[in-house]
Amino acid sequence: MDSLSDTIIDIRGLTFRRGSRTIFDDISLQVPRGKVTAIMGPSGTGKTTLLKLIGGQLKPDAGQILLDNDNIPTLSRSELFIARERMGMLFQSGALFTDMTVFENVAYPIRVHTDLADDMIRDIVLMKLQAVGLRGAAALMPSELSGGMARRVALARAIALDPDIVMYDEPFTGQDPIAMGVLVNLIRRLNQALGHTSIIVSHDITETLGIADYVYVIADGRVIAQGTPQELADVDSDKVRQFMQGLPDGPVPFHYPAADYLQELLKEAQ
Amino acid sequence: MLDWIQSLGHTGLSRLAAFGRAGQLLVQALVAKPAPVMMFPLLVKQLYFVGVLSLIIIVVSGAFIGMVLGLQGYTILVDYGSEQAVGQMVALSLVRELAPVVTALLFAGRAGSALTAEIGLMKATEQLASFEMIGVDPLRRIIAPRFWAGFISMPILTVIFSVVGVWGGAIVAVEWLGIYDGSFWANMQQAVDFREDVLNGVIKSIVFGFVVTWIAVFEGYDCVPTSEGISQATTRTVVFSSLAVLGLDFILTALMFGEL
Repeated sequence: MDSLSDTIIDIRGLTFRRGSRTIFDDISLQVPRGKVTAIMGPSGTGKTTLLKLIGGQLKPDAGQILLDNDNIPTLSRSELFIARERMGMLFQSGALFTDMTVFENVAYPIRVHTDLADDMIRDIVLMKLQAVGLRGAAALMPSELSGGMARRVALARAIALDPDIVMYDEPFTGQDPIAMGVLVNLIRRLNQALGHTSIIVSHDITETLGIADYVYVIADGRVIAQGTPQELADVDSDKVRQFMQGLPDGPVPFHYPAADYLQELLKEAQ
Repeated sequence: MLDWIQSLGHTGLSRLAAFGRAGQLLVQALVAKPAPVMMFPLLVKQLYFVGVLSLIIIVVSGAFIGMVLGLQGYTILVDYGSEQAVGQMVALSLVRELAPVVTALLFAGRAGSALTAEIGLMKATEQLASFEMIGVDPLRRIIAPRFWAGFISMPILTVIFSVVGVWGGAIVAVEWLGIYDGSFWANMQQAVDFREDVLNGVIKSIVFGFVVTWIAVFEGYDCVPTSEGISQATTRTVVFSSLAVLGLDFILTALMFGEL
């Protein structure tokens, strides 16, 4: 993040509201090119919303989201679709197309955006599926896969076109320990081998810090800490420490705001 | 009282906004540059789901309604000694009114609700978002083929409904009640005008096809992506399309036959 050319996504003064609730309040962050950047924070802080803003699926109330020189929120519908060809996204639910086989799901972006011959597409798809360990599942339908397998197929689809940026929305949730290890390695290896930029949104601290080059911690609509994983370990902030060490209560309260517990119980009794 | 007026205003505004979004969806899905090579296989698949799979309910309903018409027509007309005109009555009621309206109502229940639920679930499972992120416009890939399939299927289903209905009427009137088949068919042929009756019925069905499918795809695309939201959207599809069909039928009938 030394110079501007090393930044692929530059978010400046971003504000986003949902109804009367402010999700992001004037936040700025930069995603370095070719690195793994993690965006972490407690549930409900709008991490997934941030990915949707970068992908142009939501429009911010104020601020800029620059992908190289394109300001995503001001792009027209057709320009946006061109910009999205540079992005791959792994959705939390996998979001596989339920009317296509695993093979066709991975082949779909290639068919849409390239004129490659069928046997070439077949080779690419099998390579991507091999990378996620599911080449044998090519003929299955999404309904026949477990949640973890569906996520890995979705990953194969997200990298099918070798995009510049791959966004991972909670990639580790619901994975068994073996698959989790495979995914962690895979994300790191893909990043090194293909040289693309990865953005990981997650609250799995150990796994994410293990592969991230740079980390932003978001809470209450602001960036409360940023730095390399080593730098974050030394941050002197109760909020950051609570999150990083997984303490149940602290500045981020365990309880949703409510009336006094004892009074509410007594009121019930009356 | 003030609250009531406020909620009325709020409902009115949100309906108006929804209508605006529905118009936008229509323009974006249809006026957008079509890609025929990609579109054709998708359209054929949807024609199968929306049209061919609706055939059974249309054929069975058409046959029964034709048979009932034959029976009812006969019992009324026989009092005046003009039971020979039952063929004319069956055919006119079917091609002018019953075939377009009943087909549209059945279509809304069978295919419209399925379209809404399917698109709503695609939204809930982030498949629509997924298309967007792959760089494919879901309006073109998902909405447009379904819309055109409904629009094309409806007039064809209506014609099939009419044909089967007339056949059902003939079975009851000629085979069962013993009306002379020569006068049954001749009366019908004489009374039914191609432009005035058949064509007007088909025009009605084209309008209904447009409206019902538009409501169905819009409700799916615009629904709140939760189980409750999808169930409400599906209900709205059936209720709104039924009301729209019945209301439009009156307007179209007044324009076509009311000599306005």
